[in-house]
Amino acid sequence: MKTGEFLFLLFEDVPILISDIFYDWRRQTERRTGRELAAGPSERARGTPQLLPSAPCASSRSPAAPPHVRVRRVPERPWPGSRASAGLDYSRLDAELRLGFEEPYRGEVGRRQQKEVKWEEIRPHGGRRRWPVRGRRRRLGRAPQRRELRASAGERLAGPGEAPPRAQHRPPRAPPAPPGLAAGPCPAGGAPAPALAASSSAAAPFPHGDSALNEQEKELQRRLKRLYPAVDEQETPLPRSWSPKDKFSYIGLSQNNLRVHYKGHGKTPKDAASVRATHPIPAACGIYYFEVKIVSKGRDGYMGIGLSAQGVNMNRLPGWDKHSYGYHGDDGHSFCSSGTGQPYGPTFTTGDVIGCCVNLINNTCFYTKNGHSLGIAFTDLPPNLYPTVGLQTPGEVVDANFGQHPFVFDIEDYMREWRTKIQAQIDRFPIGDREGEWQTMIQKMVSSYLVHHGYCATAEAFARSTDQTVLEELASIKNRQRIQKLVLAGRMGEAIETTQQLYPSLLERNPNLLFTLKVRQFIEMVNGTDSEVRCLGGRSPKSQDSYPVSPRPFSSPSMSPSHGMNIHNLAPGKGSTAHYSGFESCSNGVISNKAHQSYCHSKHQSSNLNVPELNSINMSRSQQVNNFTSNDVDMETDHYSNGVGETSSNGFLNGSSKHDHEMEDCDTEMGLQLDAFSLLAYSDPWNSPVGNQLDPIQREPVCSALNSAILETHNLPKQPPLALAMGQATQCLGLMARSGIGSCAFATVEDYLH
Amino acid sequence: MEVTASSRHYVDRLFDPDPQKVLQGVIDMKNAVIGNNKQKANLIVLGAVPRLLYLLQQESSSTELKTECAVVLGSLAMGTENNVKSLLDCHIIPALLQGLLSPDLKFIEACLRCLRTVFTSPVTPEELLYTDATVIPHLMALLSRSRYTQEYICQIFSHCCKGPDHQTILFNHGAVQNIAHLLTSLSYKVRMQALKCFSVLAFENPQVSMTLVNVLVDGELLPQIFVKMLQRDKPIEMQLTSAKCLTYMCRAGAIRTDDNCIVLKTLPCLVRMCSKERLLEERVEGAETLAYLIEPDVELQRIASITDHLIAMLADYFKYPSSVSAITDIKRLDHDLKHAHELRQAAFKLYASLGANDEDIRKKIIETENMMDRIVTGLSESSVKVRLAAVRCLHSLSRSVQQLRTSFQDHAVWKPLMKVLQNAPDEILVVASSMLCNLLLEFSPSKEPILESGAVELLCGLTQSENPALRVNGIWALMNMAFQAEQKIKADILRSLSTEQLFRLLSDSDLNVLMKTLGLLRNLLSTRPHIDKIMSTHGKQIMQAVTLILEGEHNIEVKEQTLCILANIADGTTAKELIMTNDDILQKIKYYMGHSHVKLQLAAMFCISNLIWNEEEGSQERQDKLRDMGIVDILHKLSQSPDSNLCDKAKTALQQYLA
Repeated sequence: MKTGEFLFLLFEDVPILISDIFYDWRRQTERRTGRELAAGPSERARGTPQLLPSAPCASSRSPAAPPHVRVRRVPERPWPGSRASAGLDYSRLDAELRLGFEEPYRGEVGRRQQKEVKWEEIRPHGGRRRWPVRGRRRRLGRAPQRRELRASAGERLAGPGEAPPRAQHRPPRAPPAPPGLAAGPCPAGGAPAPALAASSSAAAPFPHGDSALNEQEKELQRRLKRLYPAVDEQETPLPRSWSPKDKFSYIGLSQNNLRVHYKGHGKTPKDAASVRATHPIPAACGIYYFEVKIVSKGRDGYMGIGLSAQGVNMNRLPGWDKHSYGYHGDDGHSFCSSGTGQPYGPTFTTGDVIGCCVNLINNTCFYTKNGHSLGIAFTDLPPNLYPTVGLQTPGEVVDANFGQHPFVFDIEDYMREWRTKIQAQIDRFPIGDREGEWQTMIQKMVSSYLVHHGYCATAEAFARSTDQTVLEELASIKNRQRIQKLVLAGRMGEAIETTQQLYPSLLERNPNLLFTLKVRQFIEMVNGTDSEVRCLGGRSPKSQDSYPVSPRPFSSPSMSPSHGMNIHNLAPGKGSTAHYSGFESCSNGVISNKAHQSYCHSKHQSSNLNVPELNSINMSRSQQVNNFTSNDVDMETDHYSNGVGETSSNGFLNGSSKHDHEMEDCDTEMGLQLDAFSLLAYSDPWNSPVGNQLDPIQREPVCSALNSAILETHNLPKQPPLALAMGQATQCLGLMARSGIGSCAFATVEDYLH
Repeated sequence: MEVTASSRHYVDRLFDPDPQKVLQGVIDMKNAVIGNNKQKANLIVLGAVPRLLYLLQQESSSTELKTECAVVLGSLAMGTENNVKSLLDCHIIPALLQGLLSPDLKFIEACLRCLRTVFTSPVTPEELLYTDATVIPHLMALLSRSRYTQEYICQIFSHCCKGPDHQTILFNHGAVQNIAHLLTSLSYKVRMQALKCFSVLAFENPQVSMTLVNVLVDGELLPQIFVKMLQRDKPIEMQLTSAKCLTYMCRAGAIRTDDNCIVLKTLPCLVRMCSKERLLEERVEGAETLAYLIEPDVELQRIASITDHLIAMLADYFKYPSSVSAITDIKRLDHDLKHAHELRQAAFKLYASLGANDEDIRKKIIETENMMDRIVTGLSESSVKVRLAAVRCLHSLSRSVQQLRTSFQDHAVWKPLMKVLQNAPDEILVVASSMLCNLLLEFSPSKEPILESGAVELLCGLTQSENPALRVNGIWALMNMAFQAEQKIKADILRSLSTEQLFRLLSDSDLNVLMKTLGLLRNLLSTRPHIDKIMSTHGKQIMQAVTLILEGEHNIEVKEQTLCILANIADGTTAKELIMTNDDILQKIKYYMGHSHVKLQLAAMFCISNLIWNEEEGSQERQDKLRDMGIVDILHKLSQSPDSNLCDKAKTALQQYLA
């Protein structure tokens, strides 16, 4: 089969591959950012694979725990949410609530509020993210009683009735993210990971309270984000101002460390003085640019603008020494690590704006004057150069613009050119020396991907037309598909039951997974979607075979990078005994009290949203088909990003961060449990700060963890090769950034997923 | 011949009585000719074209057959230029234009495609598009039919729009409105052809350009759309063409030269087009367009001169064919050779524009490695275009006094220049002679050698040219030459110019010629011995000419110049008498002393001063005579004049009387 045919098949037969995932992801983020989308039906109509679920098949093997996480002792007490423990301890719940809402609120308001201001300040930088889950969790783990205060304070800040704060970010003390995730956002992840990191480091150096400054700071953040999306600021912060430490004593700084003036004698070249920016230019910028405005040329106008490496003598103008490069205003010469300059461009003086652009792809540098490019000044630049200015005579004053203001030169246009160049290079990269090899490989990838996610009919058809063999039995695929569907529908009880039926020893051997499933079940109970709750409400789960009732319009979920993290954090999870018992007693209360309320709520919504659709299903098409259309999308999505997330942590984790992770895991599990549990504290859990747990998206990580575990029992890979390849590509980009290869800036994996 | 035999078979089938078989025959023919120039030539020789045209025009033919015929004809037109000529001989254009009236879109598209191919050929006279006045409106109407009609029609327009007449026709039929929205078409080809259309429409056309600035497409002004198309990630062709559009609009006065879209977008884009990374064709076009853009504006010249080392970048234009290409790659050598002339002339043109006004830029250009040598070599190249551009470049550089004294002298530029002037076509002569004007300035060290090499004859020859620009340059150069020149040179000029020619020039219809001729006379009539010498030989004629001009309907400048000549004559020793004895002239001088225009009063004042100057022989008589004419009264009046200059002169003159 020719590639063309293959593509045809790819698009004709499986119309909801990557593009749909991203389509859905986009919608998802749109919803997250507060815009309400039209309800599901239109979307469900989009996916069309004609697949049929099939009968269960039993065979199981206990999955190995991920290598870097600690396996915990299995709790002896019954799991919360299961029928056996469905009684709640009221007194305990009351105590929790009182603690949460009243006591600490009065006592600690003043101190707390200060901290809150910081949150608010930082939030807008982070882009569209939710409440600071990670940071909060840590705190929760340690002192659960404070949690409610934070939550309520958070509400106050966000304004009543508003969606939970969008920015998620780590407080400065958060441990570094696994390198893979941080370097390149996961494909399905809407919120760019570097933004989070940036916000924490950005907010730190600047005083609070000055709103104008704050506004400038926000604009800087926005512009840097737009210009250098591939930079992980946690790893390689961008220069934002001149360094008060890395300068010669004749240099004075003012205006937020952006204005530089000369305060020496200025008699001889020995009185020259320079200052470097706070950080070197990260290679992941691809193209880096800053501008310097000459506020005053002073006595002689001996300003030098350029770059220098760390440690270069600051009692000099840029360009005079090794690893130092400059363009001087008095003669317009360029100085390339030498005391004698080369004729380069025009002279510059008071009022001129000089820009310096470093191209980290071909390691060259050019300057601009008042928005006009002056041509290449330096080639073969070394890595890790700092923006540098030098002054030599009294009265010389210059202002830097590292992105605080719009640039005079159209740097984005220049970047566009290079993005196009790099992408053309990728597109034209020669592949497959031997006939058909490349094609076969791609076909295998597609096939394994289809199998992994359980598109059995499509997988079969594809395998047939491309002459391939499918390793897994058809029946097994269909079983997995069925379980996944149940999880994604929120019918956790049934899902667990079916899993236990089909793969008897799987959950026994994998208690962490079971725990995750149970916690999810609890959440679904609050949601009113779990089968057992439905029973309570007088409706049999069996009576409703089609797509389950969901309290919210169910748009096909997708994943953000944090999900990938979550799963692997969740997987080994088990809380301490103390927490565990608290958890259980609470869940008892839920069923008799809160859950009922929420069920009503959900029922109400479902009659608005889902019933008409159910009708149409009954009339026009088979339920199963309909089931598929929506479910397929979900399944695909989560695995995808999950694969990447896991790869990054598995493949490239170094020792130190591994340690961090274990610490983190501990906290997260507690957090997981507590987060689920804290749903109960709200009369309207959907609109509470922890309400995001109820989002159907959150089913995906659980679903994918379960799917992976089942696959592992079959000795099949936990993730499809396609996801592995993507993870690999993402990792490569991160590695390129760390190795100083600038072209990584213009080759994000997302660009190729459309 | 076997090939011919099989070709004949194809043609024979066109005459089959069964229309179905004819159709099949045409289809087979279509498949046979694709990409086969020999087959195309054969079919044309065998007379397939008239038959195809017949079938195409026949009412009874099915639309399918007609369409296939148009396709085959289009295929034939894709071949050599001779093919197109044969098609034109068979009157293919009216037939195809007729076909556009059909209701069938497929057939229309096939016809348009064929028309496009024919019209884009250099052998097709574009006038054929305009002979029938109904064609253009019909094409405009077809623009909405499909993306193919849009592409083909825009392409036809952009190839057939030559000169202001065509621009006006297209403009009047609503080309701007009809084509503007195609700039946002989804098809790249359509966007591109629409863009090309606008570039030819706007070229040197203020009317179209002014309209374009205000056209809105999807809520955006056209210049903004062009600027978007300049973005660096767009295809080079698109960047270049939209830069052209903006350039033409700017030159036509529709966009200011200090507008950001010119200064920060168009200009840098054109400079980029000159860079080494671009194809040779793009570099040529980029440099020529940039030269055109910055030609009139010194600020743009300054910006361009510092942008991306443009001046050094242009030096690379002279490195083709490179020594490497000659050895390694014959194909590349061929390619380089083909473009070498174009590259050189484009570089010269751009240097000429860059150095037109700014002394520093000229210096930078001349300091570029081997630049003067290159220009000098360029002067003697075989290609007229290169020679012309080189002369223009030199002309631009010759505006610098410093360069005239140094580089021009060091490189003996005058030598090749004098050669260029021999038997050169007019366009070169115009530029070369105006450059000669600069080289003949009195401080130019080249003046002497140029004179020695027979410049006088040459320039006098130029003054007899039909071309007013040449006459001006000729007389201008003579004027410069005569400035503070020796007696011998002046005599030479007068001799070779002949008084007849001088008078002819004084009655020239071109004002510039007249002014420069008067200037020449003034320069000839300087320093007393020269005045007397010349007036003694040509006094009568000169006086006649002066009278004639003073009596004629001329503007102030001309009359002022003439009065200055009189003043010079009055400075002579013997020449004075020519005025004093000519009452008519004296009356005229008196008249101009009382003229309302100060400049003329002043000039007349000079005359009088010279005539009554005390220390000279016979001044007393002249003073008396002039007093009798009432000059003294006028002088008294003038000494009260509000114009201080005039007032001073009058007082000085009155003092002469008192002494």
